[in-house]
Amino acid sequence: MSKKIISLEQIKTSLNLEVLQGNQLDKKKVNKGYVGDVLSNVIAQAKPGDIWITCQGHPNIVAVAVLKKLSAIIIVGKRNPEPATVQKAKTENIPLFKTELPAFEVVGKIYQQGVFGI
Amino acid sequence: MVCDQFIVRKISKIAKMKDIIYKQEFNIQGGDFINGGEASCKISTILKEIGIDPEVILRVAVASYEAEMNVVMYAQQGTIIFILTPVKLVLQIEDIGPGIEDINRAMVPGFSTATDEMREMGFGAGMGLPNIKENSDVLNIDSETGKGTKLEIIINLP
Ligand SMILES: Nc1ncnc2c1ncn2[C@@H]1O[C@H](COP(=O)(O)OP(=O)(O)OP(=O)(O)O)[C@@H](O)[C@H]1O
Ligand SMILES: [Mg+2]
Repeated sequence: MSKKIISLEQIKTSLNLEVLQGNQLDKKKVNKGYVGDVLSNVIAQAKPGDIWITCQGHPNIVAVAVLKKLSAIIIVGKRNPEPATVQKAKTENIPLFKTELPAFEVVGKIYQQGVFGI
Repeated sequence: MVCDQFIVRKISKIAKMKDIIYKQEFNIQGGDFINGGEASCKISTILKEIGIDPEVILRVAVASYEAEMNVVMYAQQGTIIFILTPVKLVLQIEDIGPGIEDINRAMVPGFSTATDEMREMGFGAGMGLPNIKENSDVLNIDSETGKGTKLEIIINLP
């Protein structure tokens, strides 16, 4: 499997993600990803451009994404993100997705497309 | 208050050493998890506009976020004073709150007094202070139990 740069649009389509906020997804590129729910790990270890997979749905995740220049957030699992999270993502222009798929499935499917963690 | 004098003294010391290019103060509200992190985001934006090295901005972002969230999590209220000189970046985070009983213990990775509710939100790994240390060139912590905590973070510019 070779490393690829794919668009948020491709990720959205292939995983059938619900778009909570975001536009021009075909123009936004992703080449790496990070998964985590512990914010101190994410802020320290995620790299600019990473797509972030998490089960956290509270507004503070948007600040983490802004500070680490992450390309997008996918909220996984059954938990519903708070309305304030969507609002904040809009204000900060952070693409925000949701899926009921568990994190393992989401990561696996994105990895399969050539987006790795390192 | 002793803390205030300390801050004034520190700032004037820095000012004497090198010119202050930029200085701004932000308020942090304890318990406000919705807006928590916004002061750090503003600092990042300012640094980007000034044209600071992106790698440095990322280090500042980590240190500033962790310090800000500690005020949100543990204190009643606080301020971040952000100072930029030609050679370094200084963050002074001061809060009114419970203080840190044992600073050495608080610095140990994994040590946390976060509530279950905070842990549920992904906080409380006990990695905030270690992350600040990792990303700064100087970290000074001063705390008085029952009064508050003061952090001074210095990041040298390349
Ligand atoms: N401003 C503060 N006021 C009072 N206590 C603090 C403050 N900052 C840190 N502490 C104490 O030090 C401990 C360790 O802080 P640290 O930031 O390293 O981890 P944490 O906040 O518990 O978890 P994390 O930062 O990983 O979410 C805290 O649990 C808390 O007891
Ligand atoms: Mg912390």
